[in-house]
Amino acid sequence: MSIIIHKNTKILVQGFTGKIGSFHAEEMIKYGSNVVGGVTPGKGGMTHLNLPVFNTVKEAVDQTGASTSILFVPPAFAADSAMEAADAGIKTCVAITDGIPSHDMVKIKRYMRRYPKDKKMGLVGPNCAGIISPGKSMLGIMPGHIYKEGKIGIVSRSGTLGYEAAQQLKDLEIGVSTSVGIGGDPINGSSFRDIIEKFENDDETIAVLMIGEIGGPQEVEAGQFAKENMSKPVIGYIAGLTAPKGRVMGHAGAIVSAYGESAIEKVELLKECGVTISKNPSVMGETVKKVLVENNLN
Amino acid sequence: MDIHEYQAKKILSDFGVKIPTGGIVYSPENAENKAREIGGSKWVVKAQVHSGARGKAGGIIMCNSPLEVADATDKLLGKKLITNQTGPEGKIINRIYIEEATDTKHELYLGLVFDRSSESIMVVASTEGGMSVEEISKEKPETIIRSKIEVAVGIQQFQAREIAFGLGIESKLISRAANTIIGCYKAFSELDATMVEVNPLVVSHQDEILALDCKMSFDNNAMFRRDEIAELRDKTQENSNEVYASDRGMNYVSLDGNIGNIINGAGLAMASMDMIKLAGGEPANFLDVGGGATPEKIVKAFKLISMDTKVKVILVNIFAGINRCDWVAEGIVQALSKIETKHPLVIRLAGTNVEKGNEILKKSNINYIEASTLEDAANKAVKALG
Repeated sequence: MSIIIHKNTKILVQGFTGKIGSFHAEEMIKYGSNVVGGVTPGKGGMTHLNLPVFNTVKEAVDQTGASTSILFVPPAFAADSAMEAADAGIKTCVAITDGIPSHDMVKIKRYMRRYPKDKKMGLVGPNCAGIISPGKSMLGIMPGHIYKEGKIGIVSRSGTLGYEAAQQLKDLEIGVSTSVGIGGDPINGSSFRDIIEKFENDDETIAVLMIGEIGGPQEVEAGQFAKENMSKPVIGYIAGLTAPKGRVMGHAGAIVSAYGESAIEKVELLKECGVTISKNPSVMGETVKKVLVENNLN
Repeated sequence: MDIHEYQAKKILSDFGVKIPTGGIVYSPENAENKAREIGGSKWVVKAQVHSGARGKAGGIIMCNSPLEVADATDKLLGKKLITNQTGPEGKIINRIYIEEATDTKHELYLGLVFDRSSESIMVVASTEGGMSVEEISKEKPETIIRSKIEVAVGIQQFQAREIAFGLGIESKLISRAANTIIGCYKAFSELDATMVEVNPLVVSHQDEILALDCKMSFDNNAMFRRDEIAELRDKTQENSNEVYASDRGMNYVSLDGNIGNIINGAGLAMASMDMIKLAGGEPANFLDVGGGATPEKIVKAFKLISMDTKVKVILVNIFAGINRCDWVAEGIVQALSKIETKHPLVIRLAGTNVEKGNEILKKSNINYIEASTLEDAANKAVKALG
């Protein structure tokens, strides 16, 4: 298996008819993802990329049975779209949109709490590369061909650094079960902990590569979870060793504002949790390989 | 986005928080008149720069006459204030805030931020005003009061009262203090702020509760709906290269080293900087040209890096996904035909069509050093420093 998305996962594209939505929907379809339609309010009834367009997510879910959506809606309307997806019974929504205000993110997360656990939507992102289960389905904006099918779970805040890792693994002939980009914003949908827990429960995944960066508590929270609950090895890399304190480094969430948020502190705290640290970003693949050999998992 | 103290105080006062009487001036003559207009017998002259710790740096001067106010203003205007937060280059003083002096009884700390763990708004308060929150957490952690506010319903009276009682405020002043805290919360939540810090918040001998100093930061991502806040931006307080970059949609942070970076993606940019450091060099900047790395963006990025006089070597590291390496390579060749750079150039391409991309670079007449991995690129960049 893989996590979150599988071969037949039915996908809706929110912001389907826009330029960016169209481009990436086409890439996803080419990869083999089961895109069943899209939503653009006011354009319901149209056909786009040979697929139906709906006015509302509810209608789209009713008529296609979609369980999953990907969001390319501009920042000003993204919160509204994510809440619409949650209300329509979407199980996983990946928000690609970069630039959603933090106050909106807090509201989305509060809104999602109104649903009981079995009806609650999982949000991934925003400001992320999305999810790919290589060889099965792609729900994101990554270059699909750099991911080899396999057994390593990847979870990363950064898009391009996640690509870098996938490429390094591929060069070493190591494949990926699922790769999840959780995004670079300070308040996000799914945390590192949420995702590594799914990897722990996935039969196919044998080890997890977690790619973090400066700012926020999520890497360390995941490390503590791994220490207490995980049987599978976790390999970590933290970017931002040279980042000055108090400055935002590109990602809105990449800012050191408290103890435990700098790269050095995170590395130390993760080591204490038993996470194997890749000493630099050039050896993420090699570090995974070494851990696999040490644990007789190769 | 940060704003000045006087702007933050104006906002807080619109939300019912009391502030000392004051006014902004741009010249010593205005300063003298402003002091008279404010009245009283003691004034504080405050340099308006985007930094804390202004007092220790000499940016805050107590005065006993309107003439002294004029002199102090004259002394500060046009100078650069160097605090422990501005870096050695300091920040230019173009505006002076004149305020009536406050007869302070207690100095308190009040701050509001997002708590990333609980995804709520956190109010942080302490009886130890005047110290930075880092100092308070280190030296007097037992004085810190934290209160999580549920955003769906906002701050409640009882929460504000609890904080006020926790700060040891006298019973007769509790509702005044609670309203001050509620005002700060409303400013935070209604204006897309990411930080409100009143330090110190004071109780005066006249039993007033006043915001004596205030810092506010706002979410850049929310500026599309906050015209009134966006207008408060003062570009003279930002690094000029950073302003150039942000005006062109690039994420750039100026650093102290001499290896200039052009990279796509924030994570990869941080990782490349780290590799440079591990290879024994120092990055001159953080620059994320965006996941796209279009030829236009690469041209702009080269222009930006050439503006930085510290730069001695340029390192380009692009992981091309959807945008293939051959296309990125063409962008680099195009950029270098428009901009002259005398510095050694290290280029590392990775991802889709990397062979084609490298071939295009080789066939062009640009003078560069090819690198294969992140590590290789960093090593070659450091070596090129000579």
